[in-house]
Amino acid sequence: MEVLKQIAAELERGDGEQVGALTKRAIDESIAAKTILDDGLIAGMNVVGEKFKTHEIFLPDVLLAAKAMYAGMDQLKPLLVEEGIPTIGRVVMGTIQGDLHDIGKNLVAILLRGAGFEVIDLGNDVSPEAFVKAAREEEATVVGMSALLTTTMLGMRQVIELLKSEGLDKQVKTIVGGAPLSTEFASEIGADAYAYDGANAVEKVKALVAAG
Amino acid sequence: MISPAPMREIVAIDAQAVSPEPDAVLAAQGVPTGVELHARVGDVLRQALESLATRMAPAGLFASISQEEFAEIHRGEGQNAAETPLAEIAPRGEHLALFAVTLGPALDDEIRRLFDVQDFALGAMLDAAASAAAERAGGVLRSHFERTLRAGGLADEGSRSLPYSPGYCGWHVSAQRRLFAALRPEEIGIRLRESCLMEPLKSISGVLVAGPAEIHDFDAAYDFCSECSTHACLDRIDSIR
Repeated sequence: MEVLKQIAAELERGDGEQVGALTKRAIDESIAAKTILDDGLIAGMNVVGEKFKTHEIFLPDVLLAAKAMYAGMDQLKPLLVEEGIPTIGRVVMGTIQGDLHDIGKNLVAILLRGAGFEVIDLGNDVSPEAFVKAAREEEATVVGMSALLTTTMLGMRQVIELLKSEGLDKQVKTIVGGAPLSTEFASEIGADAYAYDGANAVEKVKALVAAG
Repeated sequence: MISPAPMREIVAIDAQAVSPEPDAVLAAQGVPTGVELHARVGDVLRQALESLATRMAPAGLFASISQEEFAEIHRGEGQNAAETPLAEIAPRGEHLALFAVTLGPALDDEIRRLFDVQDFALGAMLDAAASAAAERAGGVLRSHFERTLRAGGLADEGSRSLPYSPGYCGWHVSAQRRLFAALRPEEIGIRLRESCLMEPLKSISGVLVAGPAEIHDFDAAYDFCSECSTHACLDRIDSIR
């Protein structure tokens, strides 16, 4: 369907106005909301993600595309709710307690939404108890934690231990990220995954969800 | 260490002097220098720099402090790593001063607003520009501190200062409480949240340690160094050599 290819192409260019208008046209042409989402918006974001990974484009391009994605989603959301389309996974995210730096976490949330995940963003300075409460109440598939400070990143271990002690670690996977972190640190604290940037976070979350 | 009369000064910082280089703002978002930008990205960069220039109100403050007083502040609430570079470096310093700089509250509000209205590219670009400007404001304050020391005959041309901040390199962020009690940066509009982080977010605080360049050398082999992927400390030390 030509209009879906156009949606994907305009999304790649970061033209929100066009993506919004084309999504509306696709809806008017009675294309199923799930098809518009998968073959138009997410297809476009997947190309953006690939180009970002291979350094053909950079973060500002991705964020322009994400804004365009949201312009399409604004049109689609009521239909997706009406049709009861499930999301591919639910991610509870936040910046760890004692840390106010949330720009990286915000970017990961934007990219995850762009990839079709439902994201519950708890904001910054989030206590371990708040992470676990949200994971339980929202029936999260994944809990994502971010930290910029070397002194606050240790709080991630508390969240993981609390998830275990509450018996949630089997159904909820954990992923951590932030400038001072590393794969080794993630492994040491028992996190299921570590992501070094937003695109990598999307890949890792997809893998965690697929692994069940 | 020489014991001069205590100094405390609020420093007016020229907004133009801290306006970041476009390449630095782009680099902070992973865009390599020299890459041809898409027109839309160029527009976002221009808008972000204009927004920064309109909204930032940089101000700084420093206050000299004795080794003994600083040792207490560094100790904070006893949550530091067992060994920290600053515990070695500060006693080697000839002059210490607590400091804080801020770009003011308007930027936090605008960045939040941009994300709320889903203008992510501009929000992130403004955030990166403001972070770079805050670093530059810290640099302006540091230069002013060094000039003040030289003007007072307290340091020679070979003296170099570097800033060290709670939250980094084993210095626990809870030390901010004692730092704030001693420095009182509320005077320039910086407030400490209960979690020990600052508002406005585009603020920096810490201690300036001045002395011969070699006092800042340390071996990045502390326990927490293995958990740090940036090793920005090494660039900082190189910058004063």
